[in-house]
Formats: sequence, structure tokens, C-alpha cells
Amino acid sequence: MSVLSIDNLTVSFPGRKSTFTAVEGVSLTLEAGKILGVVGESGAGKSTVGNAVIGLLQEPGRIAAGEIRLDGERIDQMPEASLRKLRGKRIGMIFQDPLTSLDPLQTIEAQLVETIRVHLPLSPAQARQRALELLKAVGIPGAEERLSQYPHQFSGGMRQRVVIALALCAEPELIIADEPTTALDVSIQAQILELLRKLCRERSVAMMVITHDMGVIAELTDQVAVMYRGKLVEHGPTAQVLGHPSHAYTKSLISAVPRPDVRVERFPSVSYIEEAAAPSSTIDLSTHWLGKTRNFASAGGPLLSLSGLSMRFETKSSVFPSRRRYFDAVKSVSFDIMEGETFGLVGESGSGKSTIARLITGLYHPTGGSIRFAGQELTALKERSQILAMRRQMQMIFQDPFSSLNARMRVRSIVAEPIKFHRLASSNAEVQQIVGDLLDHVGLGAAAGDKFPHEFSGGQRQRISIARALATRPRFLVCDEPTSALDVSIQAQILNLLKDLQEELGLTMLFISHDLAVIRQMCNRVAVMRNGELCELADCERLFTSPEHPYTRQLLTLMPSMELLAASPQG
Amino acid sequence: MLGFALRRLVQALIVMLAVALIAFSMFRFVGDPVNQMVGLETSIESREALRESLGLNDPLPVQFARFIGNAVQFDFGTSYQFRQPVADLFAKRIPATLELSFTSALFALIAGIPMGIYAGLNRESWLSKLFLSVSLIGISLPTFFIGILLIFLFSVTLQWLPSFGRGDVVEIGSWWTTGFLTVSGLKALILPSITLGLYQMTLIMRLIRAEMLEVIRTDYIKFARARGLSNRVIYLRHALKNTLIPVITITGLQLGSIIAFATITETVFQWPGMGLLFLQAVQNVDIPVMAAYLILTAFLFVSINFIVDILYFLIDPRLRVKQA
Amino acid sequence: MRRSGQDQTNPAARPVLNRILDSDLTHSFLRSKVTVAAATGTLLFFLAALLAPLIAPHDPFDLAGLSIMDARIPPVWMEYGEPRFLLGTDDQGRDLLSGILYGLRISLIVGACSVFAAAAIGIFLGLIAGYAGGKTDALIMRIADVQLTFPAILIALLVDGAVRGIFGNLDREVFSFWILIFSLALSFWVQYARTVRSSTLVEKNKEYVQAARVTGIPSIIIMVRHILPNVLGPVLVIATINLALAIVTEATLSFLGVGMPSTQPSLGTLISIGNDFLYSGEWWIAIFPGIALALLVLNVNLLGDWLRDALNPKLR
Repeated sequence: MSVLSIDNLTVSFPGRKSTFTAVEGVSLTLEAGKILGVVGESGAGKSTVGNAVIGLLQEPGRIAAGEIRLDGERIDQMPEASLRKLRGKRIGMIFQDPLTSLDPLQTIEAQLVETIRVHLPLSPAQARQRALELLKAVGIPGAEERLSQYPHQFSGGMRQRVVIALALCAEPELIIADEPTTALDVSIQAQILELLRKLCRERSVAMMVITHDMGVIAELTDQVAVMYRGKLVEHGPTAQVLGHPSHAYTKSLISAVPRPDVRVERFPSVSYIEEAAAPSSTIDLSTHWLGKTRNFASAGGPLLSLSGLSMRFETKSSVFPSRRRYFDAVKSVSFDIMEGETFGLVGESGSGKSTIARLITGLYHPTGGSIRFAGQELTALKERSQILAMRRQMQMIFQDPFSSLNARMRVRSIVAEPIKFHRLASSNAEVQQIVGDLLDHVGLGAAAGDKFPHEFSGGQRQRISIARALATRPRFLVCDEPTSALDVSIQAQILNLLKDLQEELGLTMLFISHDLAVIRQMCNRVAVMRNGELCELADCERLFTSPEHPYTRQLLTLMPSMELLAASPQG
Repeated sequence: MLGFALRRLVQALIVMLAVALIAFSMFRFVGDPVNQMVGLETSIESREALRESLGLNDPLPVQFARFIGNAVQFDFGTSYQFRQPVADLFAKRIPATLELSFTSALFALIAGIPMGIYAGLNRESWLSKLFLSVSLIGISLPTFFIGILLIFLFSVTLQWLPSFGRGDVVEIGSWWTTGFLTVSGLKALILPSITLGLYQMTLIMRLIRAEMLEVIRTDYIKFARARGLSNRVIYLRHALKNTLIPVITITGLQLGSIIAFATITETVFQWPGMGLLFLQAVQNVDIPVMAAYLILTAFLFVSINFIVDILYFLIDPRLRVKQA
Repeated sequence: MRRSGQDQTNPAARPVLNRILDSDLTHSFLRSKVTVAAATGTLLFFLAALLAPLIAPHDPFDLAGLSIMDARIPPVWMEYGEPRFLLGTDDQGRDLLSGILYGLRISLIVGACSVFAAAAIGIFLGLIAGYAGGKTDALIMRIADVQLTFPAILIALLVDGAVRGIFGNLDREVFSFWILIFSLALSFWVQYARTVRSSTLVEKNKEYVQAARVTGIPSIIIMVRHILPNVLGPVLVIATINLALAIVTEATLSFLGVGMPSTQPSLGTLISIGNDFLYSGEWWIAIFPGIALALLVLNVNLLGDWLRDALNPKLR
């Protein structure tokens, strides 16, 4: 008998205008010791399935139809009191963000012991013993001492281990893990996936993993269910679904996943995304506004040159110099970026890659070293007019599409602001015409200018950001994780757009990402960073085929293998 | 811990210095202290002599230093209106104000906290809606008007409780008088304490409710539910403790302001405390009394804040470790 | 799940009015009957205050029209009541209803002016503190801390005492108004400054501000054009609740005898006058202005409460 069987589940959220159906007619089964992946993009309803199983649907959501059975026993209609006995005892849950999943004011021991004693008839001493065993089982070193510590004393990866231990307290038959590794760095992610797999096999627990990440699916799961807009579009053994997808959505989704092992020129355009229109015309730089006054001084040599660049933040201030504490975010980094190339910067969180972007664009002032742009030393510029001239040539695209646009301004004003500020157009009519042109060119159409940012989806907002960045007619574009907040299929579109623009406008780009697969698709040369230092700098293909630095090699081995995935059309 | 406490202590001292500076400027620059102390017929020579003996001809920093030195020893000069040492005037009235403030603070906490918890957890129940409506009225009715209404109802119409004064008081030691030990003293306390505490009670209740609603939305409460803990454990062990941190801060501030708000209640009920003295001082431009009141309330306030900071430190393990 | 614009096919084509009528804010407003009632009530109070000279049956400032013979007449429904004075008269024979209408006017003007002044100071200092950071921030916030040590009433009383000490007993009828606004603004600015500062700290690190900085746009323009519109939501909530608080504080000060003089009575002054006659049975002189004050404040508070919940994204 299946541990979990979901039959024709429909979940709806009654709203004031209409009822929103988040999940529609989903049927799944899951056996003991097996791992089922539920994959889909945002809004697919995958988390809602998990919440429905454990009976914690967000208000005002409710199960409108269908049945959920645990070991054959129907649980979707159970009263709250019996459901509560199920939670933690027979169904364990792991959430995405380990930083917020634990009560900050209670020790790990208190939280483990209370959970154990709710479900198992153990004395406090026995419960403590069990808590200790659990911490050892999830691989927390020094479990005895760490038991009495508070959550904030644990790192992100260790906290996620504690969360897993909490989910295991009463040996549940089923574990639901909702994006269990999304908030973690790649190296930690690999360890947690390994742990989950091991626990599942050893304890023969059935596990449902909800994720947006094809890599996690490929690494971890036995079976996969693909969801799109609340519906289950494909369901089967992982190797089969990823290798020979039958549904058109699965095909397009898989083709949009950037592969670390292959470089494609362009991602195939995906029929399942309706958000962008093709630009109505291509740009001829000799006549177009974007090409005007592009006679930038070409000094030969590199366009941007960093040497010995350092940045130190004061983490603890004090009147006494000896008691101050510092954090060196960037430690003497040097590299050159040539005119017209895309230069990749890759590293885990805290590696200093974003700090470098902010130093180059003038958001921070370096504590040491030099930044030369087109032969000009940026750190020495004093006159405002000179600084502004430099600012105009450099633009930046940010990570978060939801905070990178001012919510109170219309898109038209957002894109027009830099043009007006740098006086790049002679009349207001010309400004409006340029704005319309730019919006059209990034695939939104000129009419988008009348709307406010909240009327657009994440990918569309990122297009607006790109239009704004182009509005100063820049020569150099810094992209700081431009797609890491987006769904894969939208990511593919944005990456395509960036590639096209670079080609058409002859832009030079600094492309920052934590995702090696994306870096491989975008860059000519790549620098690998760790703890503020540069580990390795190489041509992109060389780096992936014959990495030299041990850290680079480690990063490459940690990447989820994508061999299962169907070869993309061009690959 | 020690470093943390020391840093807070230094900050508190800076605030006290700033307040002392304001009080000193009032004393020194609002009107001429000498003119206030002597009669019209006093000769210029004796005025000069008085000015010299008060040290008013010294450089200002010296005067300020002397002012602080005196204030530390509780010497605030002589009241212009009563011609008595300010310290004596206050000593007689401090017990009245402290007893009133303490009773109303107790009332505000004992009633406000359970009501807030209940309303936060049972958002839709009729009782929480009632609490919320009552609290809104409590916030909207000005303190003095509540006092007037209570007097009108319980003193004038029903004649159950006294409308003014402290009733009979008992002396304890040489300088403390208490109304806690006599029936009439306790009866006299009821109306003023309710008047003074009602506003704080509603604030505390609403604050706790809002914090509860916020905490209940957090991931760790969601995770606690997913672990199968009972509602009682989730609310009382996890939610309430996390609510306490902001609540303690604000409650501390509120309790401090009770002492200042006592001015109003003392006026309505003719309660012989510091507030009434202060109000008379304002009306008669009795600067030494005003200055002393300013410093005294600031001192009480700063002390409460200091205690709150230490409490904060004891509750939140994140602070403890960062400092260690 | 992310919000997406897909369900709104072409919002730009719809007239602005329709969009306002269809917004979540309007909807939440219309759904709450209490809020609609409170808004109506507030509006009525404002209208009554505005039109006081037109609708008041008597002019309480017209000393020639007063007669001591009319003093302390009870409301019309009581024994000895007179139809000329619907709610009775005070100790000088002024019609209570007219007094309340004019008092309302004064209370509202003082409240609104002080809220504006406090908001202007607070927003200005809060923006600068939050955006500039460092020593500027530390200085402004330390001043705010000292200020917070004293409740509004205390500050107002001290200012009143100090002003009287400096200028002697000057003409209260002229200056009371300005002293009140000055002391109320002085006590309330801190709340705006702290809120605006903390919102500014959040907004400053958002990427749209960084994008503007990368473009080279000067700080002052970033503060005014980009940050300010994004921090006004909470300010609006505070301003509403503050209006209620300002009215209460003004009434309290007038009650304590340091607010508006009895020749230009605000609601607080009227209650203060009436308080003296409470024990002799002429309860209406204090109670009617008190009820008017309480209703006004209650309505404004209800509006503020709703606004706070409606603008708080966490409670949706």
C-alpha cells in the first residue's frame, strides 16, 4: 500500500472577485523509502499540495474536492485535533528558510525535547537522549555541546539540519520538504541533499520534495511530478520524465534549464511563456538614438582595469582603534575586462562578488587599490561633471525585480529619468519617443510606459530594469545576479535578451552569478571568487573543462548533474 | 553583560546631562532669579549681594557644574511661590504620586496583558471585538474627562467614593506617608488609579494584540504547528515569549509616562502629589520647582529605561551572545 | 505565489476614477461599516467646524449679546430649560451648542496645524537621518531620544511655563494659539522622524535607489522623488492617529488652564469651565462638550485604525 495517495485533489482560495483555484485535479502516490519530486515554476501550486497534505493551508484556502490518504486512511476531512496528532508524528515537514523556521528564544534542546515528548511517551531524560541521537544522525558535530545552544549560534546549513532533526523526532512515515535547499549555498545544498537521501533510505521514509530546481530533482528523486498552473502535466520515474519528456510544458521547461556541461548560443524560445513580444525592429546603430555619440575614446587596452582593489567594512565601531572589528569583503583583487567581452564573476554568498560590482559602479568607495575605466582612474575623480560622465557610461542591472523599480513611479518616468537627468534628448517629445523605443526593444511594447511596476511580472520587471539601464546609452553594463530571482523559463528569455543586446549594441558586460551553469552560457572569461579573493581566472570553456584551482574543481563537482536531462535542441 | 550595562549607563547619564542643561537654562535664563526672590523694595546693593552669594556672577560652566552638584544632592534651591526649599516640597509629595502611579501601573498590566493575549489569539471572537471597542473608547476619551465622568457617576450621583484627596494616611518612618493602610485611603485610590491606568491599559492591550498577530504569522510558529505541538504550547511557550521583547520596551516607556500623566489625574482629583505641585509651579512661573520636576521625572524615566534594557538583555539570547 | 499583472489586461485604458473605486483600499473601506460611519462622522465634525459661524444659533464671542440672566440654563428637555438654548448655557450665559461648535473649530484648527508642523519637521529630519546615516543620524536620533523621555503634556507645560517666564504674562488671547501649536509640534515630531527614518533605512538599500545612485542622480533628488513617496504610507497613518492625540492633548492643556483662554474656548476650555459646576448639579456644562470631544476623537481614531490595518501588507 502507498504511504501517501492523493486522488483528484483540488484546492481553491475564495477571493473577493473570484475563486482562485491553486491546485486542480492532482493525483499522486508515494511509496515508503521513495522520494517524489514535485517541480514547477512559481504559481504552479506545488507548495499548496504539500500544505494541503499536512492540513496547513493558508487562509482562506480549502480543499474543494478530492481525497488524501495516509496509509489508506483518509486524512483530508479529519478534525483539527486528530490532524494535530498526525503532524510531526506521522508526517514531518521541512521548510525553505532555516533562518526563520526555529524559535529564536528557545534552545535547540528545548525545541527538540518538546516535540519528542508531544509524540512519544518518554521521560525528559530519555527525550534528551533521543534529541542527542537525532542531532548525531543529521550530522551535527559536537552534538552534546550544541544541544544547549540557541538557533542564532548555528550556521544556515546547520540550522537546516536541526530542522530536519525536528521533522524526524517521532519517526514519521512521510516527510514533506518544501524547497529544502533553496536558501542555501551550493556546497551546503549538496550536503543537505545527501543527508536527505541517506535518511530516506535508512529509515525507509517516504519523502515528497517540492522544488523549482531541476538540479535537485535530478540529484535526489526517484519519481517526479511536473506541475503547471495548478495542474499535474506529467508524472513518472525521474529518469524517464527528464530524459524523454512527453508533455510540451516539460519539454520547454527542460530546454530552458541552463546546463553546466553544454554551452548553447541561445535558449530555444519557449511557447509556454506569454509575457514578451518580439521587438518590432532591430537596431541600426549608425542611425538609432542608442548609437549616437558612441565615439567613446578607445584607448586600446582593457576597458576596465582593477588592480589591488580592497574593501573593508567596520563591523564593530569603537572609540578605541584597537577594539574596532573589520570585515574584509574584497582583498586586493585585480583583473581586466576587455572592450566588448562578457566577463563572469562567480562565487558563493559572502565571496565579495557583489561588493566588487558596487565598487565599480561607485555605490561604495574602495579602501584601497584602483579602478581604471577607459583609461580614467575612477577613484581620483573629483569634479562632478567628470564623475557624471563616467556614471553615464556604466549602468547596472540588479537581482530583485520587485525592489529594483520605484513602485510609485510609472514605467515611463522610470525609464525617462536617466535620459532627462543626463540631458540626452533635446525635447520632451524626443524623450518620450526614446522611452517608447527602448520599451519596445526589450520586448514590452511602448504602451507599457503608462503602467506602474506592480502591474508586471518578475521577468517583465527585469526587462524594465534593462530598458532603464540602456537609457543612458551605456558602454559598460554590470549585471548582478540578474536572473537568480526568476523562474527558469523566464531566466532563459532574459539571458537571451541580454545576449542580443550585447551583440547589437557592442556592450561590455560584467556578469555576476552564483550559478555556474548560467555563467557558462553567458561569459567569455570567468573569475572565481572565494572569501573576497580571486581564486582563478580563465577562459570560460577552459574553466569548465580543465579547472586548475581546487576550489573551482570542488564547485564544479558540487553542481547537480544534469545528465538525465533530455538534450536540448541545439546541444 | 557588564560592558552592555556600562554602555547603557553612559547613555543614560548623557540623557540626564542634557535634561539638566535644559533645566539649568530654564532656571538661569527664564526671568531673573534674583527679581523672583526678593521683594520690590529691596535695594540694588542687597540684590547684588544676593546675586553674588548665589554665584550668578560666575562663568556659566561653573554655574552649571554647581547646579549639577546641587541637584545630585537633591538641592534645587528655594521655591519662588512657597519660599521653602524645593526638596522639602517634593519630599512631602513624592509618596502620593508614587503610590498612585504604582497602583495604576499594576492595574494597567494586570488587566491589559491577559486582554491583549486573548484578543490576539481569538481575533474573530465577540469578546475580543468587545475588548477592542472598549479600548478604542479608552484611547479616545481624554484622561481628564474619564476622571470627570467617574466623579460625576461614583461621587456626585452614587456617592460611593470620594472625589478628591488621599483619605487618611499613615506615616511610615520620618518621610513616607501611605494610603494603603486605611480604608479611606484605599477608597480614595480607586477612582484616580482607574483614571490614570485606563489609557495605559488600552495601549498595552492593543500592543500585545498587534504583536501576537505578527508573531503568529512567522515561519517558526508555522513550523511549530507542523511539528504537531498543541495550540496552548505554541501560544504560551513560543508566541508569548517572542512577543515580550517589543512589549517590554513600549510598556517601560508607558509606565514612565504614567508619572507625567499623573499631573492631569492629580488635578482632577486634587491629589496632593508632585504633578499638582508642578502645575501650580507652571501657572505661577515657579522655575526652581519646574526645573526640579523636570529632572526628577527624567531620572525616573531613564531608570525605568535602564531596567528595561537589562530585562531585554536577559530575555533575548541573541543579544547575550553577541556581547559575550 | 507572486502577484502578477496578468489578470489586469489593460489597466491604462480604464479611467483613473474606476481604478480608485476598484482598488483594494476602497473595497476594504466599503466593507467595514464602522469605518464608513467613522468617515461620515469625521466629515460631519469638520463641516460643523467649518460652518460654525453659519449654523450656530448664537455668537459666543459677541459679548454684547450675553446676559448674565441667561447663565446656567439647563438643556431644553429639562425643567427650566429654554428653547433658545438647546443644550443649555454656561456660567456666562453663552449658548452651549454654539460654544461647542466654535470650540470644535478651535480644537480642529489647533490639532491640524500642529500635526502639519510636527509631520513637516519629522519627515525632514527623519529623511536626512536615515539617508545620511553616520553622525548626522546619531545626533538627530539622540535628540529624539531625549525628547521621548517627556510626554507631550509635560513638554507643553514646560514650554508654556518658560514662555510666560520669558515674556511675562503677555496677551494670552493672541499667543496661546501659537504656544499650543509650537509645544504640540515639538512633542510629536519624534514619532514621524523615527518612522520615516526606519522606512528610509529600508528604502535606501532597495535596488531602485541604488539604480538611481548608479545613474549619478544627486542625493537630494533621490530623497524627494524616490524615497519620500515610498515612506508616506506610515506617515499618513501616524498623522491620522496623531490628529486625535493632538486634539486630546490640546483639550487636556486647556483643561489644566494653560491652553486656550476662556474668551476663545476650545472644547477643553469648555469642559474646564463646566468642571467647576459639576458638584452643584449643572452637569451639562462639562458633559456636552466632553461628549462632542470624545465622539470627534473616537471617529478619527477609528479611521486611523482602519487605515493602519489597510496599509499594512502583513495583515492582508
